[in-house]
Amino acid sequence: MAVIRKSEVKMSEGDMTSMIDMVFQLIIFFMVLINFSQEDQNEKIKLPSSELAKPADAPLEHPIVLNLDFNGTVYMGSEIATVPGLRPLLQVEADALKAKGLSATDANIIIRSHQNTAGGLVQELIKKCQEVGFEKFALRAREDRG
Amino acid sequence: MAMKFKSNISDKAEMQLTSMIDVIFLLLIFFVMTFKISAQEGDFNVKMPIGGGSGTMDTTDIPIKLRLRSNADGELIDIVVDDTRSFGNDFSQLRAFILQLTGGNAPPDAADGPEVEIDLDYNLRYEYVIGAITAITGQRQGDKIERLVERIKFAAPRKPQ
Repeated sequence: MAVIRKSEVKMSEGDMTSMIDMVFQLIIFFMVLINFSQEDQNEKIKLPSSELAKPADAPLEHPIVLNLDFNGTVYMGSEIATVPGLRPLLQVEADALKAKGLSATDANIIIRSHQNTAGGLVQELIKKCQEVGFEKFALRAREDRG
Repeated sequence: MAMKFKSNISDKAEMQLTSMIDVIFLLLIFFVMTFKISAQEGDFNVKMPIGGGSGTMDTTDIPIKLRLRSNADGELIDIVVDDTRSFGNDFSQLRAFILQLTGGNAPPDAADGPEVEIDLDYNLRYEYVIGAITAITGQRQGDKIERLVERIKFAAPRKPQ
């Protein structure tokens, strides 16, 4: 009687150590470089560049980000409006500040305007904000290091 | 007679790495997908209360009027200071004028020093406005930024041409 001996199948195991090392290094690299503060940025907006535009040492207090497209569309968080129709949205922000015991003058309006937007449109946007009581503005530009 | 015990120390304890590697790869994919290379951004701060200037106003404090003219396409054609000096569309000449005016130094207090009121044509493209603000507020020397004029404000918007 033939006896069939069951041979044990061994899985070939590669050395995973170096691969795990490398993957961990990649993860650390991306974790360090990831910037969650860019969530307010709108990809449609191409900012003008300036050699003086340097990231601030400390973030602005009570920021309200307004993205202004070259055709006059304003993106404010998930809301979209035109410059003349922006007042109700700004009023909501002013009321929210008031509920916190602050006022519109404490907020910083960050204007991220497309480089081809008419300058007059930016002025109108500032005027709209002033009408609600905002008075601190930050005109955002892309850093240009030559 | 001494008994001999066979030692099993040479058997390696093997961890199950499969699930860990799965999670690590998921993390890696997340970071790769959300990674975005973008240039650094900075701000020009302007304090402009309605109907007022950029700081404490007094009657002797007359701002420098900077007029930016454009053509119908929004291109800058002329920079005029106080209705007298024209610099064409050259921001470096405007900066030289500001340097001469301030002596190359920013005032110790941001509320002091000259104030510049920017009056621009409606169609002028925003990049030129930022160019003008860059020329008057400072200059970069290596990694250092030398501040010139801290107080800027905008005139009332003009009507579209």
